[in-house]
Amino acid sequence: MKPLIAQLRTELLLVLRNGEQLLLTLGIPVLLLVFFSLVDVLPTGGEADAVNFLAPGILALAVMSTAMVSLGIGTGFERGYKVLKRLGATPLGRGRLLMAKIAAVVAVEVLQFAVLIPVAYALDWSPGRTNWFAAVGAVALGTIAFGGIGLLIAGRLRAEVNLGAQNGLYLVLLLLGGMIIPFAELPEFLRAVARVLPSGALADLTREALGGDGDRPGLSWIVLASWALVSPLAASRLFRWE
Amino acid sequence: MSAPALHVDNLRVQYGSLIAVDGVSFSAEAGTITAVLGPNGAGKTSTIEVCEGYRQRSGGEVRVLGLDPGASQRKLAERMGVMLQEGGVYPSARVIDVIGLFCALYGGREDPQQLLERVGLTERARSTWRRMSGGERQRLSLALALSARPDIAFLDEPTAGVDVDGRALIRSILRELADRGCCVVLATHELAEAERVADRAVVFDRGRLIASGSLDELRGTQRSIRFRLPGGTTAPDLAALAVPYRVEGDTVIVEDASNATTAALMAILDAHGIEPVDLRAGQSSLEDTFRRLTGGGHPGDEPS
Repeated sequence: MKPLIAQLRTELLLVLRNGEQLLLTLGIPVLLLVFFSLVDVLPTGGEADAVNFLAPGILALAVMSTAMVSLGIGTGFERGYKVLKRLGATPLGRGRLLMAKIAAVVAVEVLQFAVLIPVAYALDWSPGRTNWFAAVGAVALGTIAFGGIGLLIAGRLRAEVNLGAQNGLYLVLLLLGGMIIPFAELPEFLRAVARVLPSGALADLTREALGGDGDRPGLSWIVLASWALVSPLAASRLFRWE
Repeated sequence: MSAPALHVDNLRVQYGSLIAVDGVSFSAEAGTITAVLGPNGAGKTSTIEVCEGYRQRSGGEVRVLGLDPGASQRKLAERMGVMLQEGGVYPSARVIDVIGLFCALYGGREDPQQLLERVGLTERARSTWRRMSGGERQRLSLALALSARPDIAFLDEPTAGVDVDGRALIRSILRELADRGCCVVLATHELAEAERVADRAVVFDRGRLIASGSLDELRGTQRSIRFRLPGGTTAPDLAALAVPYRVEGDTVIVEDASNATTAALMAILDAHGIEPVDLRAGQSSLEDTFRRLTGGGHPGDEPS
């Protein structure tokens, strides 16, 4: 087996063996989508409007869960347990290790969409005007942006602190990111912040691509592209391997 | 004569204003086991990490298998086995999966099942790192180092926390490695283990190399006297002997076994009415030598 394939296989095995990660990447998005589509407690309009609003936002949440939190927490513990250091002394090299991690993130995202999209349709999601090309582009940019943020935090903090930081940030970005709560419902000063967050930009773009209901897609492309440029750059400069 | 597998020349490692390694030079040959000894903060780990390519040096030259580890770490990694003092393994991955991964990373030079058997972990193949004992973890880490079928192996405390049978197994594996032509470099605090397995040793103290050579060369002609005190007696003051001595529990070690010292010692014991028990004179142990060289410092429990 080639080193890259062997490392990718290990990354995927670890995700499958780790119940918390599966809960975070699959369980919570499915739960949020189903619960808030059926229980009319969020200010998203009626039942049909709820799933139409929620589905694109939950897809964005799935990307954030995998590319930032799952990747960041896993990498933080690998750093703490000196796995990264040990792998650094093998022929794998950092480049192929990173490629394996990216491929694992993409594979998990494909699995998430394969579950979430049918669930959304089962809940009567009717996106209307769709641009899957734009959706894939937004997801790709979001993956890069969130991956950079996750690795940046994982590469600077101790494993346990990193765990808390990733989960805390996940909650903040979820609540302020327009994923389950519309921008319009946020106080004005928070709305301005939310628009420049990667979660806000990604949710806005998936909502625009899958239903044409984006808020300010032009701004969101700029914001998300900026995060996708800056966060991996910062991670590559500031990441500490041990 | 071929070049040594490991050649360190005037190595300096500096962290800010702290000089961790100061002008260290030594070499190690293929087919030998070299123990790197020294008390805490002596510079052992810094030196080894430079050799592994983990750490940049501040000065000097290092050649590992003829390569500069700072510039050619990737190339070196193909031929190098590494065992970290702790960690280095995914805590939730199964043993067989981890060994399988490392064997694949080195192009399948070793068979994972055979490696498992070699380190005595066949029964634990489906266990995970976090469920293993300290000794089992050490054996797994050693298996990962072996997966490279290395030409040089840097092993940090390979027998720490390992039971008696495990130690014997690890010693036999290290000897096999060396007999196959691998240059084995092991950092250890366990001097008795080093004495049993190593061909040569280098001794660090406060960032400097203070001795190197074969174990016999290091022990030299230095001889010592050991005896135990009878129950209920305390050790007399032996300062009058004018040679180094120490008391460990009920055991007294005098680091000179010349006729004059022996006679003077017996006179002092006689004057105190002490009948020494199990009195022996012989070649100093590596520990005696280590203490003499480092001024009584102990190898300690933490990496330097």
